Amino acid sequence: MRKVLFVCLVIFSLGVPGVAWDVRPASGDDPLVEKRLMNLSKELRCLVCQNETLADSQAGLAEDLRREIREQIKAGKSDQEIISFLTQRYGQFILYRPQVTPTTYLLWFGPFVLLIGGLLVLFRYIRHHRDTVREEPLSSEERRRATELLASDSRKETA
Amino acid sequence: MGRYLIPLILFVVLAVFLAVGLNRDPHEVPSPLINKAAPAFTLPQLKEQTKTFSAQEMRGKVWILNVWASWCVTCRDEHPLLLEYAKTGAVPIYGLNYKDQRTDALAWLSELGDPYVLSAADLDGRVAIDYGVYGAPETYLIDQAGTIRFKQIGPVTPDVWSNKILPLAQELNRQGNR
Repeated sequence: MRKVLFVCLVIFSLGVPGVAWDVRPASGDDPLVEKRLMNLSKELRCLVCQNETLADSQAGLAEDLRREIREQIKAGKSDQEIISFLTQRYGQFILYRPQVTPTTYLLWFGPFVLLIGGLLVLFRYIRHHRDTVREEPLSSEERRRATELLASDSRKETA
Repeated sequence: MGRYLIPLILFVVLAVFLAVGLNRDPHEVPSPLINKAAPAFTLPQLKEQTKTFSAQEMRGKVWILNVWASWCVTCRDEHPLLLEYAKTGAVPIYGLNYKDQRTDALAWLSELGDPYVLSAADLDGRVAIDYGVYGAPETYLIDQAGTIRFKQIGPVTPDVWSNKILPLAQELNRQGNR
């Protein structure tokens, strides 16, 4: 019984990612248009809900914007033209991947700058410590105590 | 002393960033339309459906376009203020009735009062998309040349009116009359 359950679970868990579920059923229109609409709206933010894509959102504005995009696709506009249409009205915020412009340099390159900065600090720290830890030869007194300790240690082991 | 200075500075910088981030309203998306030409439109008027209203008619005037709808709860809060400001006659207020039912919108105006010189009916929200509207209420201040000079996302508050919209409108009118 357990084995059967286990096999069922495995089958189900394998099956889930394979099931084709559309975010929104194509509304009987040209499937190519719908496909482009889907791909575009996955890159776009729903401005009402903000953390949803335009593809996922059920908000009224999202539906209006999808309608607008659908019409522009049908009118033969390129993806780039549609995106610039939307950013002219709603700003970069509508893009999930903002364009690389002077205002977004910090966003795009900030993490790498921090990483490089961190590595530099790390290297300097390591080098600094390597330089400050000098090797000093043992004095004759220290050497005598070391050999004594080593000798007592080996005696214990043989005993 | 020196070894604590750098972490302290880093902490202060981080704290300032986080504090600013926490106190900003993420719904206030900066509009790219500020200081750009107000998109042209021609729409039927809400009350007199046979007549139209277009933004181009307003050339030479400083005016306010207020996006409202009868389904919008916040517009109801904002409404008494608009009535009051309309009475002063400082700036003419025009309405953009956004994705509304005509009967609901008319009932709303007759119940609560009508601060608008007139309202244009944007039933399918197309003009609103041109204006980058993503909710209601939103308010635009447009100058004589048809340029958007200010946008308020969310309701106009007494603070915004007396510190931003009114001074800017008065300044624009002064410049225009010179």
